Amino acid sequence: MQQHREPIESGCPDGFQYMHPIMRKNYGNWAYHEDPRPGVLLHVAHNGDKVWTVRVGTQRILDVFTLRKLCEIGDKYADGYIRFTLRSNLEYMVDDESKVEPLVKAVEDEGFIVGGTKNSVTMISHTQGWLHCDIPGTDASGVVKALMDELIDEFRAWNMPNRVHITTSCCQINCGGQGDIAINVQHTKPPKINHDLVANVCERPSVVARCPVAAIRPALVNGKPSLEVDEKKCICCGACYPPCPPMQINDAEHSKLAIWVGGNHSNARSKPTFQKLVAAGIPNNPPRWPEVASVVKRILKTYKEDANDWERINDWIERIGWPRFFEKVGLPFTKYHIDNWRGARKTLNASAHIRF
Amino acid sequence: MSKMHHDTPMLDELENGPWPSFISGFKRLRDKHPDERINGVANDLLGQLEHSYETRKGYWKGGTVSVFGYGSGIIPRFSEVGDAFPKSREFHTLRVQPPPGNYYTTDMLRQLGESWEKWGSGLVTFHGQTGNIMFIGATTENTQHFFDEINGYGFDLGGAGPCVRTGMSCVGAARCEQSCVDEMKVHRSLLNNFTDDVHRPALPYKFKFKVSGCGNDCQNAIERSDFAVIGTWRDDMKVDQEQVKAYVAKKGRQYILDNVVSRCPTNALALKDDDTLDVNNRDCVRCMHCLNVMPKALSPGDDKGVTICVGGKRTLKIGDLMGTVIVPFKKLDTEEDYESLVEMGEEIIDFWAENGLEHERCGEMIERIGLANFLEGIGVDVDPNMVNEPRSSSYVRMDDWDEEAEKWFKRKAEEKQAAAG
Repeated sequence: MQQHREPIESGCPDGFQYMHPIMRKNYGNWAYHEDPRPGVLLHVAHNGDKVWTVRVGTQRILDVFTLRKLCEIGDKYADGYIRFTLRSNLEYMVDDESKVEPLVKAVEDEGFIVGGTKNSVTMISHTQGWLHCDIPGTDASGVVKALMDELIDEFRAWNMPNRVHITTSCCQINCGGQGDIAINVQHTKPPKINHDLVANVCERPSVVARCPVAAIRPALVNGKPSLEVDEKKCICCGACYPPCPPMQINDAEHSKLAIWVGGNHSNARSKPTFQKLVAAGIPNNPPRWPEVASVVKRILKTYKEDANDWERINDWIERIGWPRFFEKVGLPFTKYHIDNWRGARKTLNASAHIRF
Repeated sequence: MSKMHHDTPMLDELENGPWPSFISGFKRLRDKHPDERINGVANDLLGQLEHSYETRKGYWKGGTVSVFGYGSGIIPRFSEVGDAFPKSREFHTLRVQPPPGNYYTTDMLRQLGESWEKWGSGLVTFHGQTGNIMFIGATTENTQHFFDEINGYGFDLGGAGPCVRTGMSCVGAARCEQSCVDEMKVHRSLLNNFTDDVHRPALPYKFKFKVSGCGNDCQNAIERSDFAVIGTWRDDMKVDQEQVKAYVAKKGRQYILDNVVSRCPTNALALKDDDTLDVNNRDCVRCMHCLNVMPKALSPGDDKGVTICVGGKRTLKIGDLMGTVIVPFKKLDTEEDYESLVEMGEEIIDFWAENGLEHERCGEMIERIGLANFLEGIGVDVDPNMVNEPRSSSYVRMDDWDEEAEKWFKRKAEEKQAAAG
């Protein structure tokens, strides 16, 4: 029996030890920033110190070769410091303007993409998908790769009225989070239950408790304790599937993709907003998901042409109104766009405010 | 191309196009890595992923794997198609806590990479949606070895399951002029007080701390965390009128009117005839928009602190919720200030651990019991900043209205006295 080693419960490490010296020195002392070019930031401290940041798009899931390549670039062309943004972009920091251009060139020569700042479409926040998740309806890295191939010019440039955050999620729990545009799996059929396995695999009371619409109840099926779903009530959310894998919710045909817009977590201008459904029933079509790309590109194109400076997608729709949004992007408005979840009355238009 | 490789026609498709391809990275591990173990893992991983692409289904199942002394931090994955793809049959992820703001040196990244290729698959993500470094793909046995190694040089596991989760902070004071708070200190004070709750899941469900240095909330704290700390200020914003004039000269009056003045959510801005900016700071809600447009001209004030929102979460089970303002403003200057912040976290987690249902997030509990009961439970006084608007339903019992009103007047009198010194 080997001796177990006691863990050192050090928790969250100190970041100062890994921080660029110019940032350590000016911690809490920055005066303003400028955007010299797409993908490059310049921050100026009150004492005149400057730091340039080069933001880099990568494949997010890095093999050690790629990780080392990024470190080599960091050693040779930057100052040996790297940080990552919330959306998994990588950032190199340098304290001298003359280092910026060679760094940008080195990054691009190695096939990475400089951009993702200011009013660009930045990297897509995403989940694990078929690569690692236990309940995914689709892949994540593959969807993102396919979409970023199509949106690369928007990542590299400042074409958009304001910044655009896109997210993807491979089930309805939506780990990818709120986004200006969110692409999420939407199941359309109730779970298929393997009644032979439920009793041995699932803690039935907790599965019953998981259901947001109380559609699951214990039942005896073929003489075995199992669970049954009231399919009229079921909203196909998939919440029962993680604690009870025999209740298979994923379906090659009927697990579709839906697109939501207007999620914005900033407090700038308006209070933070949740994303709203605009399109659904999109086929889950690997390896390139072309139908998804076409809807996303249509929304982006309309937003780019129609929104004013500084309007995020939610600000833009707030101004033009939902009827015009659907008209402009050419998407159908259906009964499914009308919310019927708790508190939904608040989302209905109780006024004479109509645009013509 | 050796015969030993699984054919991956669909994944090969993802090597085309200009964006960096994760599939090419997997193939590098399969074909070029000196360690045969890694070649085999990458090959079978590609095989299983291709199988998922063909059948449009996932084939990983959870389980129970942990390191000695901990009950969380590992996401166990066992393949359901392990007979066909045996070398990636066990493919667990270790969630490792990064420093706040995700800072690394290239040396440290290399060191982590070396440890990982010794024990794991050679695939790593910076960072997952909860904010961890995700070391993807270790066998049950090697999970412990890898953890021992990186734990020896200063890294620790994050949370997984019903526990306090890894925190997240924006770039903050290290490189942002809008930062109103020492994000790193807030983050580490909170997280490292709850280390036990991170490593040993014993709560109703997950609990997340996130820190953003200003109202731009780049860390998505209000929407995605149970305890969001947002930097703000309560005195006047700073206006450099010369810089305002320079903006007007550069962009024109119309641009400033359209993009700064009329975009203010509370109409607190006016552009004067002499091209200076008038700010009604009493009406300003610190939304950050005008500071974003004119960072050289406008800056946060000096009397900085934080707003704390509690109960944000994603969809499961009752739908998405934003965090609710629980503390409109709190100073974070002294050690005592930080201690009281941590105590508030403890108070909230304790009350929720006691009263939350199985699998019920803190925000869902607040929804179920009502904000007033929650406030009473954590010993926080009501404040009009907590609501968008007072109640509109008359169906409520108000037996002790007089006492509650008296509490308010008494509190206001005390505040006045304290302010007068």
